[in-house]
Amino acid sequence: MLARLLTSALIAGAAAGLIAALMQLVFVQPVLLHAELYEGGELTHFAAEGGHDHDHGHGAVTDAAPSGDHAVPPETGGIDPARDGLSVLFSILVYAGYALLLTGAIALAENRGHRVTPREGLLWGLAGFIAVQLAPAFGLAPELPGMAAADITQREIWWLVTVLLSAGALWLIAFGRNWAAWGVAIVMAALPHLIGAPHPVELTGPTPPELAAQFAGRALGVGLVVWVLLGLFTASLWSRARG
Amino acid sequence: MTTISRASGAVSTSVRDILIVICIGAALVFTAGLAQSETLHDAAHDVRHATGFPCH
Repeated sequence: MLARLLTSALIAGAAAGLIAALMQLVFVQPVLLHAELYEGGELTHFAAEGGHDHDHGHGAVTDAAPSGDHAVPPETGGIDPARDGLSVLFSILVYAGYALLLTGAIALAENRGHRVTPREGLLWGLAGFIAVQLAPAFGLAPELPGMAAADITQREIWWLVTVLLSAGALWLIAFGRNWAAWGVAIVMAALPHLIGAPHPVELTGPTPPELAAQFAGRALGVGLVVWVLLGLFTASLWSRARG
Repeated sequence: MTTISRASGAVSTSVRDILIVICIGAALVFTAGLAQSETLHDAAHDVRHATGFPCH
């Protein structure tokens, strides 16, 4: 049974990861590359437009050393085989990991008497998206390179706790049978946001808010599509594999 | 570890197998998404940003 769990999850994850990588390269990567030009100093938000008293800004633009590895032409985001290849590989790894977790959770639910059809897999995928992307994004929006941010370890701890609590809350909402369970679920889901995510003291990132907003919207949009597909693939393959 | 079938006809997967799958999955997500090693970070950089992991 272990082999069936593993193979069905890995195939589902690889398929979803590949779709994620393609969508990322088409919709998300151009925004990210554009932002890196601000991060590296090739472009400057606002100061470049020659405000009368922005000498410091001008100085920064001309003095900034080109970061060197931006062979990719700006706005269009051409293909960089090594970099994009790694993105495809890691996208597959991430979604394979998620698929294994999802398959484990589905098998656990089935042990408790809930049969999971491929159609219900769509809902499992939606729940996964909420737990892993939407709930953390409520506190820490998907970050564009160059954005000001708090200490990375603190943010990772907050991210992990939020994901675990949100996943637990969704489980209780789906399988709880009374208000005691649902009440606990509401508290679990709300707690990380009431405490609040770690944010920087000063917002001094060089990237324009327009880009950051577009990046967050696109990252979440791609995440939603891929997670719903991941749920469908995972439940379909597992329901065949388990017999 | 043995598993007791709960209801006739219901599929039952051993808890041990489920735990193994969940551990491998968590390890993969941690490695690709959260590990702070310089090399892993650089390689996974774009995916981490695009999938909403904290990065940098």
